[in-house]
Amino acid sequence: MPETGPHTPATARRRADFSVQKMPGFAAIAIACFVILYAPIITLVIYSFNAGQSVALWQGFSVKWYYIALENRAVQEAALRSLIIAASASAISSVVATMAAIGTTRTGAFKGRTAIYLLINQPLMVPEIVTAVALLIFFASIKVATGYGGLGYLIVAHAAFCVPFAYLPIRARLEGMDATLELAAADLYATPWLAFRRITLPLLAPGIAAGAMLAFVISLDDVIITEFVKSAGQDTLPTYMLGQLRRAITPEVNAISTALLALTLVLLSVFFVLTRARESRSD
Amino acid sequence: MQIRKMALAGAALLALATSANAEGELNIYNWGNYTSPELIKKFEETYNVKVTITDYDSNTTALTKIEAGGHGFDIVVPSANYVPIFVDKGLLMESRPDQMENFKNVSARWRDVPWDPGRHFTVPWQWGSTGMAVNKTAYAGDPNTSAIFLDPPAELVGKVNVVPEMNDIMGLAIMYFGGEPCTEDKAVLKKVRDQLMAAKPKWLSIGYGTTDKLSNNEMMASVNWNGSTFRARLANPNVVYGYPKEGYVMWMDSVAILKDAKNVENAKLFMNFIMDPENAAMISAFARYANGIDGSEAFMPEDMKTAPEINVPAEFADKGKFLPTCSPAARELYTAIWTELQK
Amino acid sequence: MAGKAQVDPPGGYEAAANAQRLHRNWLLSLPAIVLLLIGASGPLLIVLVYSFLHPGDYGGVIWKPTLDAWFKIFFSVDIFDETVHLADAHLSIFWRSVKLSLLTTLITFGFGFPTAYFIATRPKSQRAAWLFLITIPFWTNLLIRTFAIMEVIRNEGIINTWAIRLGLIDQPIQMLYTEGAVLLGMAYVYLPLMVLPLYAAIDRFDFHLLEAGYDLYASRWQVFRRIVLPLVSPGIVAGSILVFVPSLGAYVTPRVLGGGKKMMIGNFIELQFGQGQNWPLGASLSMLLLIVVAVALLVYVRTISRDRADA
Repeated sequence: MPETGPHTPATARRRADFSVQKMPGFAAIAIACFVILYAPIITLVIYSFNAGQSVALWQGFSVKWYYIALENRAVQEAALRSLIIAASASAISSVVATMAAIGTTRTGAFKGRTAIYLLINQPLMVPEIVTAVALLIFFASIKVATGYGGLGYLIVAHAAFCVPFAYLPIRARLEGMDATLELAAADLYATPWLAFRRITLPLLAPGIAAGAMLAFVISLDDVIITEFVKSAGQDTLPTYMLGQLRRAITPEVNAISTALLALTLVLLSVFFVLTRARESRSD
Repeated sequence: MQIRKMALAGAALLALATSANAEGELNIYNWGNYTSPELIKKFEETYNVKVTITDYDSNTTALTKIEAGGHGFDIVVPSANYVPIFVDKGLLMESRPDQMENFKNVSARWRDVPWDPGRHFTVPWQWGSTGMAVNKTAYAGDPNTSAIFLDPPAELVGKVNVVPEMNDIMGLAIMYFGGEPCTEDKAVLKKVRDQLMAAKPKWLSIGYGTTDKLSNNEMMASVNWNGSTFRARLANPNVVYGYPKEGYVMWMDSVAILKDAKNVENAKLFMNFIMDPENAAMISAFARYANGIDGSEAFMPEDMKTAPEINVPAEFADKGKFLPTCSPAARELYTAIWTELQK
Repeated sequence: MAGKAQVDPPGGYEAAANAQRLHRNWLLSLPAIVLLLIGASGPLLIVLVYSFLHPGDYGGVIWKPTLDAWFKIFFSVDIFDETVHLADAHLSIFWRSVKLSLLTTLITFGFGFPTAYFIATRPKSQRAAWLFLITIPFWTNLLIRTFAIMEVIRNEGIINTWAIRLGLIDQPIQMLYTEGAVLLGMAYVYLPLMVLPLYAAIDRFDFHLLEAGYDLYASRWQVFRRIVLPLVSPGIVAGSILVFVPSLGAYVTPRVLGGGKKMMIGNFIELQFGQGQNWPLGASLSMLLLIVVAVALLVYVRTISRDRADA
């Protein structure tokens, strides 16, 4: 994440008087939270090294599932497809959600605001299967009419149901965000676009980052809508797994997930180190 | 920056995805984890065709998607009781597999089946049964009865699982009371409902994942498929498969070409290809069910040749029944019972 | 407070400014509206229409209007004696969903708030990393994650094995296939949906207000309740909505961790579109759910904004 605000003395002082912020027990609960979050993940990683067929019965150490996953073109393509859809959906939904959040927050009531608000949150309100069936029927007729059967449908569907997940954190950030800075910018004859880019956007960044991350993981996890919207050869990792659910899930997917996790961690560390370097330079 | 890169990647993949449907392709829509990769590799190399497998998880999903259109699939593998629905709705192509070269290999038993008389639409993929899996360390009695889940013996109370397949469960329960699967006879159904409601508190769960949970002793008995029980037994020798003597459910999944298929010739090649005994054996070796092709036994893995889960013992051979396609009225009754069971 | 800052131009021009604002706001919201109309809400009209039709024989619908599907939500005809009575099966499924979703929201808040607060009070350079740490577990697939949770809590799983080994218990405790397991699973799945909006709200919180509070001899609890909570309430609203509403339609978790013996609305609606092949009933159930949630959302948001205006 980029530097989120101007370095003011206040930020520095905030860091110094740390104890003021402290709430008793919060750190402990937070740590407990991380432990609970990662316990199943560690299990998952361990079982990716299972010699047996099962994700629940340990039969010795082996890396065979990594070899199997390495040779399985279908599962690799599914994983890649999941990532591409999630990245596109998250990018699209956070852009439109940011715009919508600015349009519907801090502006006072205007005609249709409630309607927009409900529309944006609509994907949350019905179980996935319903949207899935509706989209299937709607998209199938487009597919038949246009002959285009590419990934676009999945990206549009994912981007759409990701909108509320991106919108709400951005809105939460925006609501009550101090407007004086933007006003000050306007007073200094900054164009609205300049004011937005230099003032609003940086202040909004944590909200957008939170929203984009949520959208990304929500898209990455989606099963049912994808199952109904996908065309030939468009399995994602979740639909690939759903197909296995009735029979037996093998540690192959654990291996893929572990590889993905490892990749994430590496990228994250690199990113972290780079930000650090940039920060220390700018200090 | 980031976003632009993502958009580029997205666009690249879009281009990639649309370039499908060129010549020399075949799009198979099959149950997940059900298609042998070796079989596909061999087919691709033999005929120089690029095969794409896409998964589904239930007959209804497959039916809904195919009926909606625009899916891009050539081949689908519905279960026996869904084949007539596909045919009635005009979704399948009359590809006449009975006139194909390798049709001679299909076992006499599977040549003329009620769901596809004379095999004008489909060829056998795999078949099996839905029966009882029991861990004999928990219960030493006779596993060959639906009482395992309908009236669990004391040793199995709280340890039995039921797979969430409404039609199979209703079929087993109806046969337990001497009825015919898909019956609308209310007297039988009342007994079924009462028995299921009384048995439910004695169940552990209603869920899938039986192979794993039987293997690791998480459940001591379950309504289960034969191939799954077979694999559980390989991991845990205490697991046995029971064929309910009151009647058990049989099923067969069959390969069919879709009416709107784009690669019809390749699909026909594939149909003929899987009726070859050696190739059919590859299907079975992967998914662990029988295939219905004569002579394929010779190419099967050793452990499958004698497995009692795959080779139905003579005494139970006539106790199995295929589920017919239930009438909408019957299904409505069953759904009501099924809902009450899980309310 | 800073809750409702408005950028109103000085009077006089108000009408023109209002029109301009209306124009601007709609324009800004337009891409989202278009995307949603194509990719979610628009096609849902199909479902609305379906809820007034007859079910097709094997899925789908017959184009003959009827109110049957709506009637069947509330009343059921006994299949044996054909008496009409209140559909208690549907009511109990509905009630269970609402109860579990509320509890899930409370649990995620109980764990999520301290966590979000913890992250927001880390040094600036670390926060991004902590945020990522929250989301990384969700890069793995939902199903495989749910299976991993099962592995932790099952009878021969990690917790029971170690508890027995340490002599804490003699018999394994049945945790799997209980409502507790469903709650754990749902709280796990929805935790980031609570933490991230909360973080976004807490992060812009001005901690000098706390100093002021303490200067006035407020206790930590008072500071928390009177200063922190009201100011981050937009985050709480956002987080609660993101957790509560999707958990109503939860599908995988109750199936896998709850043992599937008791349905939630999501499972019930899925049954109608799947094995039950009664699309109109599935459609009417979803529309009812949509209406209930939309009304609840409106009331909730209105109350919150009124509270804030009062404060």
